[in-house]
Parts: sequence; structure tokens; C-alpha cells
Amino acid sequence: MQLEHIVRGWIREGSRVLDLGCGDGRLLRDLSATRNVRGYGLEIDPHGIALCLDAGVNVIEQDLDRGLGNFPDRSFDTVIMTQTLQAVRFPHLVLDEMLRIGSDCVITFPNFGNWRCRWHLGGGGRMPVSRFLPYAWYDTPNIHFCTVLDFEALCRQKNIRVLDRVVLDAGGGQSIGTRLLPNLFGMTAIFRVTR
Amino acid sequence: MSFEPKTDSVGIVTPRVEHFDEPLHLSSGQVLPAYDIVYETYGELNAERSNAILICHALSGTHHAAGWHSETDRKPGWWDHCIGPGKPIDTRIFHVVSLNNLGGCAGSTGPAATNPATGRPWGPDFPALRVRDWVASQVRLADRLGIGRWAAVIGGSLGGMQAMRWAIDHPQRVAHCVVIAAALKLSAQNLAFNEIARQAITADPDFHEGWFLEHGTGPRRGLAIARMVGHVTYLSDALMGDKFGREIKHGSTAEGAVSDPEFQVQSYLRYQGDQFADNFDANTYLLMTRALDYFDLARDFGDDAAEAFRRATARFLVMSFSSDWRFSPARSLEIVDALISAGRDVSYTEIEAAEGHDSFLLPVARYHEALGLYLKRAHRELGDAA
Repeated sequence: MQLEHIVRGWIREGSRVLDLGCGDGRLLRDLSATRNVRGYGLEIDPHGIALCLDAGVNVIEQDLDRGLGNFPDRSFDTVIMTQTLQAVRFPHLVLDEMLRIGSDCVITFPNFGNWRCRWHLGGGGRMPVSRFLPYAWYDTPNIHFCTVLDFEALCRQKNIRVLDRVVLDAGGGQSIGTRLLPNLFGMTAIFRVTR
Repeated sequence: MSFEPKTDSVGIVTPRVEHFDEPLHLSSGQVLPAYDIVYETYGELNAERSNAILICHALSGTHHAAGWHSETDRKPGWWDHCIGPGKPIDTRIFHVVSLNNLGGCAGSTGPAATNPATGRPWGPDFPALRVRDWVASQVRLADRLGIGRWAAVIGGSLGGMQAMRWAIDHPQRVAHCVVIAAALKLSAQNLAFNEIARQAITADPDFHEGWFLEHGTGPRRGLAIARMVGHVTYLSDALMGDKFGREIKHGSTAEGAVSDPEFQVQSYLRYQGDQFADNFDANTYLLMTRALDYFDLARDFGDDAAEAFRRATARFLVMSFSSDWRFSPARSLEIVDALISAGRDVSYTEIEAAEGHDSFLLPVARYHEALGLYLKRAHRELGDAA
């Protein structure tokens, strides 16, 4: 998958990686195979935890919304959070914590500025429900949607330095559209940031 | 429950005894000249001798962890839910070794055994033991059984402390370390409960300064009270509410009632206490609670648990239970944080369960699933390494 390929390119060989909301542990497994990282994933979904245990991925049952205070400053090289930012109670505080714990951070999130979302909302007047965002508004873990521009504004406001940005379309690839108008054509945003 | 030849049971098992003549130098400075260790095994040891799992028991555990001693047994071993064919600790793929710790009262040498120096029972003269002494004696047993490296050392509560000690003192001999409902050290509250239990025993007039066997008696009342205190702390408030509530067994709370009411929970506790007092040696109880109290994994490492774990090479699985207030999830997270800080491989789950500390002995579905998955993975790795 393109997303994993991009993240892999940003991870140094043999580094320490913390993956917040690691799901089935696929990314960590990939990084330990290809980058020889020592990684830990945080997860609260019992099914995801079971899959990690089965795959031999280090998984810690911990709720991001209850803080990350147990991790010392700069205790990891890279803190990763894929497709989870929109599901936490206080995304800006989690971001602060990630930047405290890791030397750099990789964050991916669904771009709510994508033209499909705009079409649903602007044209149909309804909240978007799709293959990518399959939840109805009243029963969704995704409580803090943002756009590429929103995230960049938050970074500026918090003096967070954006080291890299890649935006992928619905097919997981890059195109002229995602390069020229990322906030309109991007479905998934991938940022590497530091402070 | 009575004996049934079930397909998921290890069936009828027979304990074995190993005698050791080589003196064991204890951390107290004392020397145990010779001793017996009683143990059971379940499942076959493979040709590479690589699939052995050691079970470390908790405060009142024994070597009898699974199966039945005879067809007339009333109950199977204490962890029968968890050990057997197709169970989380799967005896179709693992060879499981379960022993009674030194100082115990189920067959290994302990305070009720004869002191060769005096010809009398050891009684209160039995040397004080620390968790590391148990591990040292377990190492001798492993050597005797020809097991150079455990596929996993597994323990709950005080057993978890032994498992951690194994991983630190004998890193080359532990591939996986499973620590369930344990702690790096006891909290003040935990120390306090243990002190109440010991006071109950030593204050019993039948204790005789620990020489009760010589007097042909035993501090049954004290031991029963000690067990009652312990038992309450192993359960949760919610569970006791569900199980007993304020239900009255005898008597009545009505005005003018002839007999005082007795609540269900009173009679339950008394039964638990009496059962325990019939089967347990008071000196063993004192010895085990002291070992529990003194355990502090980080003590020798500048009070830095991460420094201790840097010596370990095992992969760890740490588990806790949401309603356990005696060894709460916060205590398990301290273990996890220290392991992460030491750069060790670790996974952690907090299992939602209502039964308090005792949950670790019960067949909680998610607990068993997680443990089973982890161990199956560990077993697949054995094949990869071979």
C-alpha cells in the first residue's frame, strides 16, 4: 500500500517507533521487517489487540484519551498516528504529547476537504458516508474531522514544523490533482512534523 | 464439579518428587542443606526440549494446577480452566511443569517437614525465603528435568513476580515471560493487609510461637481469619454485591426477632476460612506473605525497574483485570512502562472482568483468548528457530 510505503521512507533504520492506534499492527510489522525498528503499538479495540498478539506485534492496551503521560520526553524516535487523529477527544493535545514523546511525528488523517465530502455536504446537504468514512454521523468514532488546510493552520498556530506532506487520492496514489489541489483531491493526508 | 474424562482435560495426573542434596544458599544468608520439590507435568516434552512452560504459583497455590489426582477428586487443579488440550496453555503443543514452591505445604520441603539438624519439624525455624530463592530452586528443578530454556515462564500475582525474577536473573533461560495481575512491588495497602493476616495467625493461642505441630494443634482460627481478609481483597465490591448482596441466611432483621441475622457473605467467608485452615500450614502462610512483602524488583538496580529489565531478553506479556484493586491495572502498567523504557518487547492487555484479583484464576473469555493467541505465536516461533 502506498501509505505504508511513504511512511516507511520516513523511518530511520533501527529507530524506536510508537504507533498510536495501531489496529492490527500491520504497519509496525512492516517497519520491523523492513526498517528493523523496535516498535510498540497502542490500541483499545480488543479485536485489534488480539490480531497484534497473533502477529507477534508489541501492543499495549491504552486509551489515547486518557493521556500519554506514562511515556517520557523524547523516548521515541518517531511517534506515528494513522487515521486516528479524527477519533480522539482532544486532537491538539494528543499532537502536543506526540511531539513531546517523539523526535518527529507521522500523522495521517482522512481529508474532509476532499471534493467528495464537499459534494455530499454542498450538493446533497448530507454528511458524507462512503467506503472511506463508512459511519453515520450519530454513531461514528470520528468526532474531529479536519481538512488539509485546517491541519496546516493548527501547525502554524502551535509552531509545529511540517517536514513532509504527501496527499493521496481515493485510489491511494498521487496525481496532478493531489499535487496542485491537495485539499480538494486528497483523500488521505500524510504529514511528518516536528517541533 | 467432579471427575469426567473430558477431552479438554489433562486427565488423571500423578505428582512426582525430586530430591536435592546440594545445599541451597538463600538470600537470607541461611543454607538449606537438602530439600524435596514436588511437581506435576502435563503434555509431552518435544525432542528439542524447547516447548516447556513453567507455571509459578501464587500465595496459596500448589503443584496441582491441572487435571485430577483420582476419579473421586471433588475438584481439578487450580488452573484447570487454563491448562489442557486446546486450552490457552495448550498441552497438545506445550510441556507444562508446575511445582509447589519451597516453603510450601503441599509436598515440597517447608516448615512442616523435619529439620535434619533437630529431628523435629522446622516450624518457625524454617529459613526465610525470597522470590529469588524460589527461582534458584526452580532452576535446579529445570536442570534436573533437562530443560535449558523455558518457552515461557508464566505466573499470576506472586507467581508473576517469580516469572519477572526468572527473566532478570536467568535471561538466557526464558524465551517468554507472562506476568498476570502482578506488581513490581507491593503497595503500603498490600503490606498492611498481609500484616493483618499475620497478626491474626500469631495472635491465635494455638500458634505456640510457630511450634504448633509439636503441640499437636494449629492456629486454625487465626489462619481462617487471615484467609478471610485475603479473600475479601481478592474479590471486588461489585462482585460481592452481586453474589451475596445483603441476603440473610439465618435469622431475621425484623423487630423482636429471636435470633440475630446472619448474612450470606458471613457464612461464605467462614466456609472459605475453615476450608483453608484445614489444608494450609500457618508457618507457610507467614513465609509466603513475607516473601511477597519483601519483593521489590528494582531494589538492586537503584530503584529503577527499567535498569532491572535491561538484563532480560525475554519477550513479555503483561495482563491485568479492571476490577482488581489488590494488584490494580496501574501496578501492571508500571511493569509495562519499565519494560518499554528498557526497550524490551512487551504486550499488555487490561481485561474487563468483575471478579477482582481472583479473575486471573477464572475462565474470563478475553483473557484466555489473549493468552492463548500469545502462546500459540510463541510456539510458532519455536518452529522458526529450529
